[in-house]
Formats: sequence, C-alpha cells, structure tokens
Amino acid sequence: MMKLLPLILLLSLMSFITMTLAYGQDDFALAEDCPPSFEFVTVEGKAGVCRLVNLYQFYDSVQGRGLGGTQTSLPEHRDGFTPAQIDLGRYLFFDPLLSKDGSISCASCHQPDKGFSDDLDRSIGVTGEKVGRSAPTLWNVAFLDKFFWDVRAKSLEEQAQGPLFDPLEMGNTPEQLLATLRANTVYLKMFAQAFPDEKELAVEQVYIALTAFQASLISLNSRYDRYAHGYHQALSENEIKGLNIFRSFVARCAECHQPPLFTNNQIAVIGTPEPEGRDFDIGAQKTYAAVENSQKLRGGFKVPTLRNITKTAPYMHSGKFDKLFDVVEFYSKGRGHAVPKDEKLQLHWHIWEPELTDEEMQLIVDFLGSLNDESLTPEIPAHLPSGLPVVDEKYQLRLSSE
Amino acid sequence: MGKKMNKIIIAVAVVGAFAGGLYFGNNQNSTPVITNSDSGASYGGGFNKNAQVTAPTKKSAVAKRTVAGKTHVVNDGESIMAAVQLATPGDTIQIMPGTYHETVYIDKDDIRIVGVIKEGKYATLDGQRKLNDAILYSGNNIVIENMRITQYKGNGIMGQAGNNFEIRNNIIVDTGVYGIFPQLGQNGIVEYNVISGIEDAAIYVGMSDNIHVAHNDVFDSVAGIEIENSRHAIVENNYVHNNTGGILAFITPGLPIKTTFDVIIRNNFVDNNNHKNFAAPGSTVSGIPAGTGILIMAADEVVVENNIISNNKVTGILITDHENAPNTTIDPESDPAPDKVMILNNIMLNNGYDTIDEAKALMLTEFKQGNPDILRVGVSRDSCIINRHRYVTVGIDNWKECAFTNTDAIDSYILDEPVAPREIDPSERGKVVYMGICAGCHTYTGRMIGPPVQIIQALYMDNPQGIADYIAAPTKKREDYPEMPPQNYLDAETRLAAAKYMLGRKN
Repeated sequence: MMKLLPLILLLSLMSFITMTLAYGQDDFALAEDCPPSFEFVTVEGKAGVCRLVNLYQFYDSVQGRGLGGTQTSLPEHRDGFTPAQIDLGRYLFFDPLLSKDGSISCASCHQPDKGFSDDLDRSIGVTGEKVGRSAPTLWNVAFLDKFFWDVRAKSLEEQAQGPLFDPLEMGNTPEQLLATLRANTVYLKMFAQAFPDEKELAVEQVYIALTAFQASLISLNSRYDRYAHGYHQALSENEIKGLNIFRSFVARCAECHQPPLFTNNQIAVIGTPEPEGRDFDIGAQKTYAAVENSQKLRGGFKVPTLRNITKTAPYMHSGKFDKLFDVVEFYSKGRGHAVPKDEKLQLHWHIWEPELTDEEMQLIVDFLGSLNDESLTPEIPAHLPSGLPVVDEKYQLRLSSE
Repeated sequence: MGKKMNKIIIAVAVVGAFAGGLYFGNNQNSTPVITNSDSGASYGGGFNKNAQVTAPTKKSAVAKRTVAGKTHVVNDGESIMAAVQLATPGDTIQIMPGTYHETVYIDKDDIRIVGVIKEGKYATLDGQRKLNDAILYSGNNIVIENMRITQYKGNGIMGQAGNNFEIRNNIIVDTGVYGIFPQLGQNGIVEYNVISGIEDAAIYVGMSDNIHVAHNDVFDSVAGIEIENSRHAIVENNYVHNNTGGILAFITPGLPIKTTFDVIIRNNFVDNNNHKNFAAPGSTVSGIPAGTGILIMAADEVVVENNIISNNKVTGILITDHENAPNTTIDPESDPAPDKVMILNNIMLNNGYDTIDEAKALMLTEFKQGNPDILRVGVSRDSCIINRHRYVTVGIDNWKECAFTNTDAIDSYILDEPVAPREIDPSERGKVVYMGICAGCHTYTGRMIGPPVQIIQALYMDNPQGIADYIAAPTKKREDYPEMPPQNYLDAETRLAAAKYMLGRKN
C-alpha cells in the first residue's frame, strides 16, 4: 500500500493536469437556482436563500415535534442556504480532493445510487481497511439533530469533521484540506461566490457547504406519501397490510420508526448482533460516558430512517443483515435473543416477542419498498474542480466496466 | 424480579442515608397544619385556554358537523373495513350487533364508528388471538363508541396522531397490550369505557396534549390509566380497581417528546390495585410493585385531589424519579425528577398494609410506623401537600403547604375550538404541490424525468384546466419520456392550482 501511494498521487496529479487543461475555470459555474422542491426566497439586503416546500409542512404535530401518523408535520429542519452554497457543497461532496490522498470522496461511501450509503457492512476508508460502522443514508438528514450511529454529533457541520479527519476514513487534516482548497483556483472562485461576506476561504465554509448540499437530499414523495396525503390507491393491498402490521402494536415498528420520517431520532438499545468475529459495540454508552448510568445506553444506536431502505443493504450499524426480511425477523425472534451471554443490556421496552408469521414479515418488507423516492437525486457533476475522477477512481472503473 | 429488587434496595439505601440526615431534626409531633378546603384559593393550572371566562365548556372534542354525511350500516357478517373504505369525511359507520373478525384502520378525517347495542347485544370485534389491533386511526375528528373488543394481540383502539377524538362507551376485554391508546394526538376524550384484562395499561395516553379521561371502569390489568409524556390532562371520576398499579403519570425516558406536566388526577376511586404483575418482561410497567394506587414517575405539576384511595397494599401514592425506578433507560434530554407534585385532599383507607421492604427501610429513616399512604423516593422539587397529618407519609416532611386547596376553577382542558383541519391554504396550494411533487420530475429548462416546464408552458399556456385534467389520468405522450404517474390523489381544485402555478413559473 505504501509503495502504491506515490503512484496514485502521481496519477492523480497527471489527471489533474489533463483535466484542468480540458476544463478551464469558466466551465465551473455555481447554480443560481435552488434545487427542485426548494423555493428561492429573498430577504431585503441579503442574498436569496432556498427554502424547502413540502405538503407535510401544512400539517401539525404534537408539540411541533414532527412525529405521528399519516398527516403529520415534519420536525424542524435545516434549510436557508444559497443556491451557490448548495451547489458548492455538491462539488465538494463528490470531490476526492477532500481526502488525505485524493483517493476517496464523501460519495465513495455515500453513493447516490445506493441510497447515499454503500453496499458494505462497514465502509472502507483511505487506508483500505474497514471503518468501525456502516455508512448511514443521507436522505432527509436535514430533519435530524443527532448524527452518527452513536449520536456523537449534534449538527451536520460537526458531523462532517468526523469522516474528513478520521485517519481510517478520509484521513485528512483541517490544515491540509484548507491548503489544498486554497491552492485550487477554481475552488477559490467558488468559495468566494458562495461566501461573499467572508474575507478568505476557511475550513468552516467546507462544513457549511457540505451541510447545505446534504440538507437538499429530500425524499418525501414516495407511494407511501401519496397514501398518507389521502390517495389510498397508491399502495397495493399487500403494502397496506404491511403498513398495518408495521404500525400495529404487535410489530411496533412505527413506535420508533415513526412517520413521516420513519425515525423518531432517538437512541434505542435493541440488542442487535455483531457479525461473526466482531467485538460487541457499546454505541451510545461511549457518547454519554460522562452521564450517570450511561451503562443503560450500552449497545444503543440511533434509530435510522427507513426511507429508501431497500437501497441501503446490508443493514444495522455493522451490516449484520443482508436482507430486510432478516432484519424484521431479528425483531420477531424475541427480546435479547442475540445479546452475548456476558453482556447485560437495558433493552428498549418495545423489543419483545411479537411472534410474527413469515407472511407478516414479508408483508412488512413489501410495505418498506413503498417508501422509496429518489426523485430529487442531485446530478453528479461531470467534472470536478480538482480534476480528479468524480466520486473516486474505483467508482469510475465500476462505471466503465458496466 | 430478584435482580430488580436489589437495584431498588441499593438506590433506596442511598436515598435513606441522605433523607436520614435531612429529617433527623424534624419534630415528628408538631401540631398538624389543618387546612379548611371549603374555602381557599383554586389551583390555576398550567394551560391558559382563554383569558376571559365564558360559559362552561361543553365537553366535545371533535369538530361540529355542519353537513350531515352518509350513514353506512354494517350488518353481522359484513365487513366494517369495506364501509370505512367507502366512507368519506363526515360519514358515520353504524355497526349492528354481531361478531366481526377484522382490523379496522381509518386514515381519513371525520369518521364515526358507532356500535349499535340492542338489548345488551354489542357489535363485537373479535381478534381470535390472531389479529393484531382492533381499530387503528390516524385521521382527525374520529369518534369510536359502543363497540365491544376482545381477543386482539396488540391494542384495542389505537390512535396515531389523530386530533380531536372521542372514544366512549366501549367494552374492551382481554385484549393485548393496551386497551385504548391515543398516541401523539391533541384534544381528545376517553370516557365511559369498561376495560379489563390488559397486560400493560387499560387506558394509555401517550405523547398527547389536552386530554380528558373520565368515568371509565378499568380493572384486572397491569396498569389502570397511564398518562405518559403528555400535557394538560385530566383524569377524573374513574373507577380503577384490581390492577397492579392504578393511575400512572409518567415521563418515560427515551421517547421523542420529553415532558409530562399539568396533569390533574381527581375524584377517582383507586381501590385494591394489588393484582399480580403480568406485564411483558422488559416493559416499563413490569417494574410496578403490585399494590400501588397512584404512581407518579418523573412527571411534573401533577395534582392529586379528592380521590378515594383504598386497599392498595404497597402504598396509596408512590412518587419516584427515574433513578429509583426499575426498567427505565436514561435520557440526557429529559428531567428525571417529579417536580411540583401537588397532593390536595384525598381519602386514604387501608393502604400500605403489606408494603415492600424498601418502603419499610425508608420509614425507619424517618422513625415512622404504620402503613404508608404516601411514599416518595428520589428527588422531587417544589412539591406541596395539604393536610399531611392525615396520612402516614415517607419522604414528604419537607414539602411545602400548597397555596391552594382545589382545582375547581378547571373544568376541562379540552379546547374550546377543536384543532384546525389539516388543510393547505388555497393560496399556497399551487406552489406547494408544484415544489413538493412536480419539481421531482420537471425542471424549468432542463430534461429530468419529465419534459421541461418551458415546453409544457408552450403547449398549455392558456389552458391550465388541460394540465389539471391530464395529470389526473396521464397517458403516454412522448416516446423518449416515461409515462407520468397519475396525480389523482390531489383533488381537482388542487390540481388546477398546481397547473396555474406551473404556467406562471419564470425559472
């Protein structure tokens, strides 16, 4: 690996030169319009910003928390970024320049065609080794206020610094990232356009732009949503049966995977098993180590959204299950059945023994398919300011082999 | 159970050491403060509905019907769900006596399910231990009354984010986890139901606001009535007997809505709640000691007034924080202490006669004897009580006197005007549909899944109705584009508004 590194860097550099020759600065213009589903709103004396417009915003919910049934409002969310910030975030997101050695981008592990996740149990970073956990989907992250499986970040800006600077993930440092971006004339121009009030390019602007882009990944127009808005023919008979099992108090899926986002954004200790040979992952216990009784959160993870869930296998924090059916079956196999013998966990009260039949479990899986909506998938840039291959080299190789 | 007990004992020992020091100097024989509750100030409550006091509130939670809808009569042997599918908002489903084996789900507004009781014969929903829930609703303005529900595995009646509901006069026997469970709803009444044999709470109000639970008969269940992570709730005039725990006001940690406050528990019979705990292992209520009359866990601003609390063997009223409660997780975002508990006059008879060891240990720290009527463990700030001399109490000697003696000024927390309908403002409708739905496939100039808006504008410039009609039942028009999915879930008016908005776009 160490021997290969200079070669990769050299190749990157060469491609960078060719690309910059082929695509001049003028080929990169940041968008002036908001992404679909966002309204351009101008406030006097300020740059216009993009505001999300969605049918759910016209409903209400208890305490405004955005949880409940079919016609329920959404929780508070992030928006209000300029079109330029969102578009700059898009370039950054797909640009391997953000990693230590130019080998991977955010999109390497959050691939648009895989629900902004990857198909690995645990993602692979710059070192070629697997990282601690599975890459979570980015759909609808605008509505979340806790990030990472163990909820250790409270904002998208804070979250972005995790993978960027984790030695096993993108392996960069704030200093190197800043230096690389400042050395790139295209990015200098783009950042100046996206942050006109800032004197110079700062690393915080990277986090804001990535946040702006990720907050535009909205998936709220699935067939289920049409059902929820009142068009009951949008779901098949089996999918409705599945919905009713999903929200029944036997299966209790909807108690944590609560509509409309299909997550309540809380921590739950469910006792999910690790893949063979992996040590037990204590999850949120570490995040809350300073809190009294944090052992009660041992093995706790954030409840993930189920939107576009069919796209993000394998499932759970370390990819134990390949199929959705296996996940559903895990919940039906009984409280604590997969907890290691030497572990004592405060399992969530909704984890019980629902004894679902195979048919019922399959109906839940059928229903989950109706939550797919990728209509607002952003366009992947054709070329990047860095001149590096979009997403990463491996991705391009896969595309060319297909 | 053994493990749980150990936990409680450890926690209690800590509390005991602390309390021992705190109470040691108290004079146990001081003259009791006798408060005359015939007069005195009234408790104001935490929810200001309206500054001015008008005529007494009529207790109706659902919106008034201005137009009479259809009545769909369902006879024995027919399907209730088939009628629900036919029904539109404003309709009533009238169910004749008979036995129905189905799950009824209502994802529509303003539907009333009304059972017909004929010479004592009910319309019975029977899950035969095979079906999950009997009735699920997510619409606003739902009424469910006069039904008999039995043998379901999940819940009898479950609401998911429906506002303005009324659930009354139902008989629910031996049905799964919760008898009646409105969750995430605002403005609802649960009254005159008879519920028994439930392995969690017979009536469970979860994450809701403005709730009235009255005149119910709940028995032979693990918990009688539970108000959880909810605000502005009144529990009154219920007969709560032979459950493991009678009436509960909880904050359950780990839920997305973090508070319970402003709960009034008054004028209930809370008798003989000594039933063996038969809750599912790991459930929150599985930790309730059999013999608990009223249990307040972490909930704030709970008033307990004029209940007749009798024959509950552990204690009449148990007040605890999360630390001392078994089976709860921790939640850094919720406050574990029950603060501002207000105990007004209550009749306490023969409680605590066979109490738990932890209670006895706590009593020792206060040099008290007898059977505890009121037991407080863990932290509770700014709580108050009147006429404390009447009861055998543990852990409340330092509580203040309450500044009021009754809750007479509060009739109900049901809203004067029901929660408004979920309607998109007509002036906004076109934009919202365009942005929320159309924009997923159409951009102004570029090619996406559907053709560019500019091209559509050129074709339909003076004909928004043409677009509105087309999108209701699209046909394939262009070889190089996929066929558009029908948008017939939007009503005609909304489709026209979206069409007009699309034609007016400039970018």
